[in-house]
Amino acid sequence: MGLYEEPIFRIAGDRGLLVELGDEIDPQINKTVRILNLLILRSNIQGVVETIPTYRSILVYYDPIKIEVRELCVIIRKLASKKQEITLPEPKLIEIPVCYGGEFGPDIEIVAQSHNLTIEEVIKLHSQPLYQIYMMGFTPGFPFLGVLPELLATPRLSTPRLQVPAGSVGIAGNQTGIYPITSPGGWNLIGRTPLKLFSPERKEPFLYAPGDFIRFRPISLEEFQEIHGKEYGDSSS
Amino acid sequence: MEIPVLKIIDPGPMTTVQDLGRIGYQIYGVPVSGALDQISAMLANWLVGNWAGEALLEATFLGPKLEALEDVWVAVTGAKVHMTLNGREIEDQNPIRLKAGDILWIKKVLRGLRIYVAVRGGISVPRVMGSYSTYVQAKLGGIQGRPLIKGDILKTRQNAKDWAKPKKVNLTAYIVPDFAPELILRAIPGPQDNHFKNSIGLFYSSTFKVTPKADRMGYRLEGPLIPKDYNAPQSIISEPSMPGSVQIPPDGKPIILLVEQTVGGYSKIATIIWEDVCKVSQARPGDELRFKKIELSEAHTIYRETWRKLNVLREILNAPSHRPR
Repeated sequence: MGLYEEPIFRIAGDRGLLVELGDEIDPQINKTVRILNLLILRSNIQGVVETIPTYRSILVYYDPIKIEVRELCVIIRKLASKKQEITLPEPKLIEIPVCYGGEFGPDIEIVAQSHNLTIEEVIKLHSQPLYQIYMMGFTPGFPFLGVLPELLATPRLSTPRLQVPAGSVGIAGNQTGIYPITSPGGWNLIGRTPLKLFSPERKEPFLYAPGDFIRFRPISLEEFQEIHGKEYGDSSS
Repeated sequence: MEIPVLKIIDPGPMTTVQDLGRIGYQIYGVPVSGALDQISAMLANWLVGNWAGEALLEATFLGPKLEALEDVWVAVTGAKVHMTLNGREIEDQNPIRLKAGDILWIKKVLRGLRIYVAVRGGISVPRVMGSYSTYVQAKLGGIQGRPLIKGDILKTRQNAKDWAKPKKVNLTAYIVPDFAPELILRAIPGPQDNHFKNSIGLFYSSTFKVTPKADRMGYRLEGPLIPKDYNAPQSIISEPSMPGSVQIPPDGKPIILLVEQTVGGYSKIATIIWEDVCKVSQARPGDELRFKKIELSEAHTIYRETWRKLNVLREILNAPSHRPR
């Protein structure tokens, strides 16, 4: 089916309206999500508290005292029909330095072996594409990226780790992502970035937003330690 | 002007600073956080003359033991508790006037689970990304992003010394806290009720039990398995959830998602209404609950009526309706 002709509205409780625009993980559907989200935000609809755009849908958080849900659906349907009329702001391209393998990427050998690749080939394949951020979630700043080269697709770990260190870069199925904070996680870890991806005290707490592009740049352990020292204000890693 | 007013003698097992949530950052994967029982949190703040979204304490399982460093008004709401002031039992006294040197000890929870402690003038913590709420996993908000520890000093945000004396109101006359042994949670079908056409009847007619896996992320339930229809997809494309979303993973065991969640890839059979999310937040492991199906329009009527009652109470208590300048 792909992109729907008209949004499908689903009820997510007394304060949430889920606006679904398609039934696939697809760059065009995701772009439409971001366009409609921008249109909703720009319309300053009375009673809309927050919007959360994701792969193919937007959760619109509303105050039922300030707006009737029927009216909200009418407004959003109308906005969706205007989606050709705006262009999204130019996405940013963020370079993420990654020290692959070793203690930072304990699963890189599993990824290499299961595809008959060398570790160098895994690094080369993973750091080549421009990945677009389809959405962020799970933990603050965790980007869900498209699209991992098919050659690297590896099933998630059967037992998730209780603690994945902040900055870890992982692969699960045909997805790749970065853990911005230390958290549990079941993805195959192939490297780590020294960048602070989430820093609430910074003016911009996040380095990127949905729609932006990420490219991974392989770095040495020395460079990792140098950047890590600057980012975290220490000399250790 | 910040004034140190309370010292934590014993924080209790899990006590954090919360408000009504961090709005506007879920797009970046930051969960909404905030008080789980929003109604009890608002009442605590109103009782001491604060606005609803002021920073206050949320304690789980057991309350804190506090020493007053100055004369200060506090209010305790939420779970029904047993508490002492300087060793003497006090009951249903809200708000509570503490004099410098007094020791307030919320010793025991009799019913319910979460206790809210508001301080007149608000608890002074930095506003991080629009909120005072603590999100421990990301070390965000509250006091250094962590639960309270022994020796922490709470300061008030505003000097409330010359505020008018707070009013005493019998809350139960307006809002009756519901600690019934079997909770009835009103829930609206959706967003993926169409994946459960054959089991939705079972979902709404069964009794479930809260398991020990219950925290600010969600409550796992035990009870009859709720199978997905044979032709429904195993998982959905990840999408956001609401506090109160009832997710059914492939094992068929429902999980009520709460405030420290962002996106997930399992179907959600129904969503609990706002007022009942407050109620279920007071449920403990072992408690039983049922879901009652209601339509969206009915839920909205209930929502408006609940807020009308709350606003009457707020006006009686003379509490501000918005964040003061």
